[in-house]
Amino acid sequence: MPLLEVAALSKEFDGLRALEGVSFTAKAGEILGIIGPNGAGKTTLFNLISGIYPPSSGEINFQGKSILRLKPHQISHLGIGRTFQIVRPFQNLNVETNVLVAFGHRFYPSLWKSTRPFQEHDILKEVQTLIERAGLRSYTRQLAKNLPLGFKKRLEIARALALDPRLLLLDEPSAGLRFEESTQLMDLVRQVRDQGIGVLLIEHNMPVVMDLCKRIVVLDHGAKIAEGSPEEIRSNPSVIQAYLGKEA
Amino acid sequence: MGGGEGHFMISGYLITILITILIYAMLAHSLNIITGHAGQISLGHAAFFGIGAYTSAMLYTEAGFPFWISVPLAAVVAGMVGVLLGIPCLRVRDDFLAITTMGINFVVEAIFLYIPFFGGAMGIGGINLPRWFGREMTKPEYFILILIVFSLLLLFDRQLGRSWIGLAWASIREDEQAAGAMGVDVVRFKVLAFILGSAIAGLAGGFYAHFLTFIMPQNFGFGQSIVVLCMVVFGGIGTRWGPIVGAVILGILPEISRPIMEYRILIYGVLLLAMMRFQPGGLLGSESILSKVFQRAFYLSSRSE
Repeated sequence: MPLLEVAALSKEFDGLRALEGVSFTAKAGEILGIIGPNGAGKTTLFNLISGIYPPSSGEINFQGKSILRLKPHQISHLGIGRTFQIVRPFQNLNVETNVLVAFGHRFYPSLWKSTRPFQEHDILKEVQTLIERAGLRSYTRQLAKNLPLGFKKRLEIARALALDPRLLLLDEPSAGLRFEESTQLMDLVRQVRDQGIGVLLIEHNMPVVMDLCKRIVVLDHGAKIAEGSPEEIRSNPSVIQAYLGKEA
Repeated sequence: MGGGEGHFMISGYLITILITILIYAMLAHSLNIITGHAGQISLGHAAFFGIGAYTSAMLYTEAGFPFWISVPLAAVVAGMVGVLLGIPCLRVRDDFLAITTMGINFVVEAIFLYIPFFGGAMGIGGINLPRWFGREMTKPEYFILILIVFSLLLLFDRQLGRSWIGLAWASIREDEQAAGAMGVDVVRFKVLAFILGSAIAGLAGGFYAHFLTFIMPQNFGFGQSIVVLCMVVFGGIGTRWGPIVGAVILGILPEISRPIMEYRILIYGVLLLAMMRFQPGGLLGSESILSKVFQRAFYLSSRSE
């Protein structure tokens, strides 16, 4: 059984088709690359999977169950974590508190449990482990807004990992990063994969995608135009045309 | 002015101001739960203050309930109305929320004013201070009663701030969409803030009605909502003590000088603008001059240990 199964997924915004009949599956312990030119519908796809808005038609199954009618917090409870294309850490909270918020998914469903204090030794220790894994150890008490972009992106990943996810959706994690920052981030993504977590990776940086992913899905104008290994994608004529335009 | 009698008058006047300020502090605290902790702007908080005041007044004068039952019920009713109005409210975006809550305030005030059942423009009179030990409470005793209740509420607030609920509110205040993606049930925690904030406003309303002994719709209008919002913003939105400091300072100012009393709303408005420009976090906000001084002092004292 695939971890995630997306079937004939479409989304229309006021008559504008953002996504049209997209189907693919994602496995545990695999990084699936999602690429495509700007406006291809990649972020729309993520927003549909994480429940920010419902699809116009199609199916999304996670671990064999439909998640179509679920709200974002319910989807995150099932084990789907995400980051955002334009980073959205909780800016005025420190690194530790940012991670704690996501850690609280174990408590939020019960109002009674939610009244318990979060400053508990065991919890703080687990949170600290996640922070260290993301390489943010010396920034635990820093407000998120004071971190450089690369650290904010790692914080978003640490926060998503606090959900104890089975599937991680990463929306352009290397965008805007310097080469070394991007390399460090990708090492973290590899570790996550090796832990058995499935990863969907939206990425514009082709060397990064080709290096990390065994399988890549290409979207263009809301439709899937190709799927395959990096080699297949590189030599696929419709992919080249989508990226370079008709003249090519 | 006769010495002894004058002294007695002044202390009576003083206790009146103290009780008024305390009730305003409780009201500002309740708005702070909704607007400060959960980040949901409300421009109609006086509506819930009014619902509490009218509930306890009607229960006391019409149904004959004693203060000890009518005031807690005022909190319950205001909390329930808070949910009813809160649920549709909380599904709209920030800017609409401001307008919707403002609208609620006008509607509630109009209901008090135009429905004869609620006493119309004349309001409701004959509400008394609570009785205990077979006699009516004195004003200092009433002050202590409210102070005890308010202290318990502040303790409760501190516990909430250290709980997952406080954390969920902070995440919603920062970024609703990200909060949802991190497992926070945004609607549920917003509604919870609305219930608590409205219920405590209702409780403050009950105390207010029994203190004033008569209430009128104008006590609970839009202007009142703005005064309370000023107190919260001036003292430090989202901080525990800020709204209280705001209520004390803005409550005392008009009492110190008559001109301030006459131009109260104008001065509040100017203060609000000045705060927004120079200290948007309020007097006790995390980046204000005052808290930097405190932090420095704390830092120096902890270093010298």
